[in-house]
Amino acid sequence: MTQMPPLVALVGNPNAGKSALFNALTGARQKIANYPGVTVERKSGRATFDDGRPVEMIDLPGAYSLDPDSLDEAVTRDVVLGNLEGHRRPDALVIVLDAGNLDNHLRFALELIAQGLPTVVALNMVDLAERDGLKLDADKLSRALGVPVIETVAVRRRGLAPLMAELEQALKAPRPPGDPVAISFGAQNQRARDIARSVIISETAGRQWTRRMDSVLLHPVGGVVILLALLFLMFQAVYGWSEAPIGWIESGFALLSDAITGALPDGLFRSFLTDGVIAGVGSVIVFLPQILILFLFILLLEASGYMTRAAFVMDRVMAAVGLSGHSFIPLLSSFACAIPGIMATRTIMDQKERLATILIAPLMTCSARLPVYTVIIGAFIPATTVGPGIGLQGLVLFGLYISGILGAMLAASVIQRFVTQSQTSSFLIEMPRYQWPRLNDIALGLWQRAWVFLRRAGTIIFAATIILWALLSFPKAPEGSGVSQVEYSVAGRIADGLEPIVRPIGFNHDIALALIPAMAAREVAVSALATVYAIDAADDEAAATSLGPKLAADWSLATALAFLAWFVFAPQCISTIAVTRRETNGWKWPIFMVTYLFALAYAAAGITYWTARSFGL
Amino acid sequence: MQLDHLPLNRAAVIRAIDWDVLPDQEGHRLRSLGFEPGVAIEALHKGILMWRDPLAVRVGRMTVALRTNVAAAIDCELKT
Repeated sequence: MTQMPPLVALVGNPNAGKSALFNALTGARQKIANYPGVTVERKSGRATFDDGRPVEMIDLPGAYSLDPDSLDEAVTRDVVLGNLEGHRRPDALVIVLDAGNLDNHLRFALELIAQGLPTVVALNMVDLAERDGLKLDADKLSRALGVPVIETVAVRRRGLAPLMAELEQALKAPRPPGDPVAISFGAQNQRARDIARSVIISETAGRQWTRRMDSVLLHPVGGVVILLALLFLMFQAVYGWSEAPIGWIESGFALLSDAITGALPDGLFRSFLTDGVIAGVGSVIVFLPQILILFLFILLLEASGYMTRAAFVMDRVMAAVGLSGHSFIPLLSSFACAIPGIMATRTIMDQKERLATILIAPLMTCSARLPVYTVIIGAFIPATTVGPGIGLQGLVLFGLYISGILGAMLAASVIQRFVTQSQTSSFLIEMPRYQWPRLNDIALGLWQRAWVFLRRAGTIIFAATIILWALLSFPKAPEGSGVSQVEYSVAGRIADGLEPIVRPIGFNHDIALALIPAMAAREVAVSALATVYAIDAADDEAAATSLGPKLAADWSLATALAFLAWFVFAPQCISTIAVTRRETNGWKWPIFMVTYLFALAYAAAGITYWTARSFGL
Repeated sequence: MQLDHLPLNRAAVIRAIDWDVLPDQEGHRLRSLGFEPGVAIEALHKGILMWRDPLAVRVGRMTVALRTNVAAAIDCELKT
């Protein structure tokens, strides 16, 4: 007889170190999917008991109570109560408590214990509590709660074996179901605080690291300067640190292309491999270093506890356009990619604010735009310095990010005023203690992001590249006719139709051509241009030189700037449109989003082009 | 004294919370974060530049950020 392994849910307040514990228990063998019927991310993984039997673990979204005030919290409640259709109820719970925060976290624990499922409590982050001068009596806590309590330090893998052993015992002897409605919220709170007080062995003033760091990082003036400096450093790093690895990837693809050119006879298949596959996919994979650097910063800010401070600092600024600091975190994530950003809006309590945040998230400069920006900036902006350590190219990139932000602020205030007609926004959030990010957790997060990107390059971008290569290669221009292959091909003819529309904003035929496949994903614009120019090149030698110089020779500066301005706003990403539809339950808002963003893109590109022209560029 | 007027870094206790003036959602979140009469509270930091909003306060052992309009509904008493 085969039996499903028991399902154990990790549940607890946000910031209790739940995910770190989950990573420590399950290692890198994790599966990320969605809960049935909702778009909340479900992380599951396998742990094993001493005797080798497997346990399926899930990491439930952090919650403050079983009475939800966000989508994430609703999922946690439904899973714990066994009310989520298509999802089995956990066989046991591991309640993760922040040892330094018992007063506030114990009430939710009492609510969970009253559900009657086999339960083990992980008293987590005891090291941080001790750092702050707090010593607790775990045995006493266990007696008061009526369930086993194990001290753990997830990030140092402390207490994991005893936790699994207790879990095994708990699964063997189910507890009698309690009476969940027996006591009121207030009474539960009172009991939680009484227990929290009673289990303290000793309490000294401690070093209060968090408080001291906050007095610098939340300083009314200093805090703003630090946040801006951090963001600036982040963008300079994306540009500066990635140079060397990008060079390696480029030479790797060049070698591969040369090898194929040498090994295969000239013909359609060789053109398919070198001009289509390698030129297309290669020109996108080359941006992996930049994407990873950006995600590295975001993961570090999140893991260290700084992210909510950034929200605190930004709250007033966000309030000016009808949003709040809550929106800042999803919007900052959108700098990496709008999709996780839009999904992160689920923590926003106010539904109008959530909608407005979703609608402006694509204006944050996501990593997929970097390939486009980098190529154009590299080709048209000289690599000079305008001050110590400040490169002109980095400065232009920073300017593009700022344009996106300003556009988003403008859009947000208009949307909140006229579309969602929201009166007020609110900001109410727990600020976790600072801690050193754990290398393994960051590495795991980076690996998961890199994998998603490479899979995209390997599927969507690969497919789009091949289709485009085919559209560009057929039908063949007649020999000696003097008509260029690009103009003669199917794609060339489609672009002919598009060209009159984009001509007034300074776009040429090649750009019109690149915009078509770039609807799938923005970065495809670069591989599309690479394919267009490789195919139009007179010989292989010309095709082998990189894209930048060709563009510089072919485009005016005004056209290049208009192209950049277009990509600040254009909603060219099918995945983002799809996730917006899912998160807003219909086509109304994604259609609204696409329309207003294209209108903005067209206007911005036009204004840029004609302004640049009037300066004689 | 209302929480938004509480001097920084002085131990205090929540005396009463005017739940009626708070939007439902904010009242609910405030409760689940552990704001209740009798709980120890301390104002730690005020927001940026000229706004001095939001506030960072310590409630129990937790640091929470909230806006002054919500803080105004929380009546506190300084410990002597």
